[in-house]
Amino acid sequence: MTSSWIIAPVAIPAMTAAFLVLALRHSLAAQRVVSVAATVLQLAVAIGLYVIASDGELRTYLLGNWPAPFGIVLVLDRLAAIMLLLTGLLASGIVLAALGEWDKRGRHFHALFQFQLLGVNGAFLTGDLFNLFVFFEVLLIASYGLMLHGGGPRRLVAGFHYIGINLIGSTVFLFAAGLIYAATGTLNMADLAAKVPLVMQANQPLLAAGALLLLTVFATKSAMVPLHWWLPTAYGSTSPPVAAMFAIMTKVGAYSLIRVYTLIFGASAGPLADIAAPWILPAGILTLVLGTIGVLATRRIVDLVCYSLIASMGTLLIAIGLATEAALAAAMYYALQSTVAGAALFLLAGLLAPEKDSRVSFAWQTQYATLFAGFYFLLAIATVGLPPLAGFIGKLLILDAGRAASAAATVWPAILITSLLLTIGFARGGIRIFWKPSPSLEEPAQRAVPAGPVAVIAGMIVVIAGLSLFAGAVMDDLTAMAEQLRSPERYIAAVLRAHVTLNLTGE
Amino acid sequence: MEFLMATGVGALTAVGLYLILLRRTFPVVVGLSFLSYAVNVFLFTMGRLTIDKPPIIDATQQGYTDPLPQALVLTAIVITFGMTALIVVLSLRAFLETGNDDVTLDVTPEDEAPGENGAENGAKDREASR
Repeated sequence: MTSSWIIAPVAIPAMTAAFLVLALRHSLAAQRVVSVAATVLQLAVAIGLYVIASDGELRTYLLGNWPAPFGIVLVLDRLAAIMLLLTGLLASGIVLAALGEWDKRGRHFHALFQFQLLGVNGAFLTGDLFNLFVFFEVLLIASYGLMLHGGGPRRLVAGFHYIGINLIGSTVFLFAAGLIYAATGTLNMADLAAKVPLVMQANQPLLAAGALLLLTVFATKSAMVPLHWWLPTAYGSTSPPVAAMFAIMTKVGAYSLIRVYTLIFGASAGPLADIAAPWILPAGILTLVLGTIGVLATRRIVDLVCYSLIASMGTLLIAIGLATEAALAAAMYYALQSTVAGAALFLLAGLLAPEKDSRVSFAWQTQYATLFAGFYFLLAIATVGLPPLAGFIGKLLILDAGRAASAAATVWPAILITSLLLTIGFARGGIRIFWKPSPSLEEPAQRAVPAGPVAVIAGMIVVIAGLSLFAGAVMDDLTAMAEQLRSPERYIAAVLRAHVTLNLTGE
Repeated sequence: MEFLMATGVGALTAVGLYLILLRRTFPVVVGLSFLSYAVNVFLFTMGRLTIDKPPIIDATQQGYTDPLPQALVLTAIVITFGMTALIVVLSLRAFLETGNDDVTLDVTPEDEAPGENGAENGAKDREASR
């Protein structure tokens, strides 16, 4: 019975989106009600699934009751449950922040938003490499629509870049899937994990090529250097709620890295064990450094947020690259807080620079300077990693996990020096935004403070504070998650055993 | 046969890559299509090359062709078709709005007001849809 709920995070947005497009096309008010209700429902389901998954057992859902290596399978483990919860939380906030102002700037915002959730949730749950590709495409198609939401020539040209990059990424994904299929004869992740160690010598170069091509795909999605350059253009040109939602999309790439390179090409993969680890760690350090340089170099607030997102992805990739149990738990803790902080920063950037280009609107500055500056201060602390907020704890955990590794000589200075530079970058950005003399003091345009986004940003800061307050409890859960990830045989058993139980009940 | 398929995929990929590196939208779109042809052919051959065998186990026939790559190719074709349609429409729209088909981002922020334009366009679109 409980296993039927696993399909809900995919089914709810799919049906909601179709309903929104077909039935409620002309009524924005009705769309809003349905969209918010569906998103909150997904959050509730995600909480339920998280509770179900927290007993440490893996659960599967067989689509159409086809047994595991042949049919499509959805798998719920701790990692998937945590990512679903994060998505639900973020989506509920963003859909509320988009109400009123941003969702009327173009058509079908809510339908596209739901389709995007469908893709993201599906990517977290799927246990099949080709379906991962399909869910990637679903979330990308929706993101193309969202990215262009609101129109304008700059957004169109940036959108063309974004779509082009991702189409090339999809092609590479298909090449990789083809190579892996040619070498192993399966695309089911559990089956792959079982078969990869047994691949014969002649086919191993083929499989290695597939595994590393897959790495380039996930690197593109997670903005890993040298495939990070599309991100500031794309995220910097789109509307703030959409950019906030996109903060989870880089994490889909990171999630796929963790999943594929712990389960399929992890420590137990025979000759191809840990094939990606030597690449992820240096690339993560480079990503962190380049993101930091970007934060120091930008003038626009949106670009500052984009590059800080790249820098935090770098930190996350370093933790993934360390690939120990402690590092994986630390990576997930850091991912949770940096996603929420990044999304809140994008929303704040939208409030600070609501009109035309992304420079600060001075009328707003004079009215709400204290409030916005407070938000900026807290979010900057969280992103940079200063105590007492969760960013500090996350970085501390990553440093701690990197202590034992031989890479400590590069990881420690990289994280510590970039943290200092990020502090300088954010301080500089804050000075530029809030301490500038306002030229329009004599004509303060009276505008009501947009209650939705402000409340959502405040809520996100509360979430970050909660993450730091309950860091111990959260880390216990995340350590259990990392433990589960480091023993892929349980995943394999759970998915392939589903086959047996099905036969028993089916007859 | 293997040589033919391999050179075919290689040639399609090379043409696709070359076209993608050009700086106008139309060649980029055509290049993306070439790349997707290449990957479709590539995927198709990944179940090993076999001739005159049905993609299903048949009592009257010796052996069978792996049916899975065919299913994968079908899905991939549908997806890339949708994507190509989208990017064609997008490049047309970008051409109409910016007046050129250059893929570089030379629109300065001062030249345009996405917020206001967006609101106007959105309103127009909604009017048109009624």
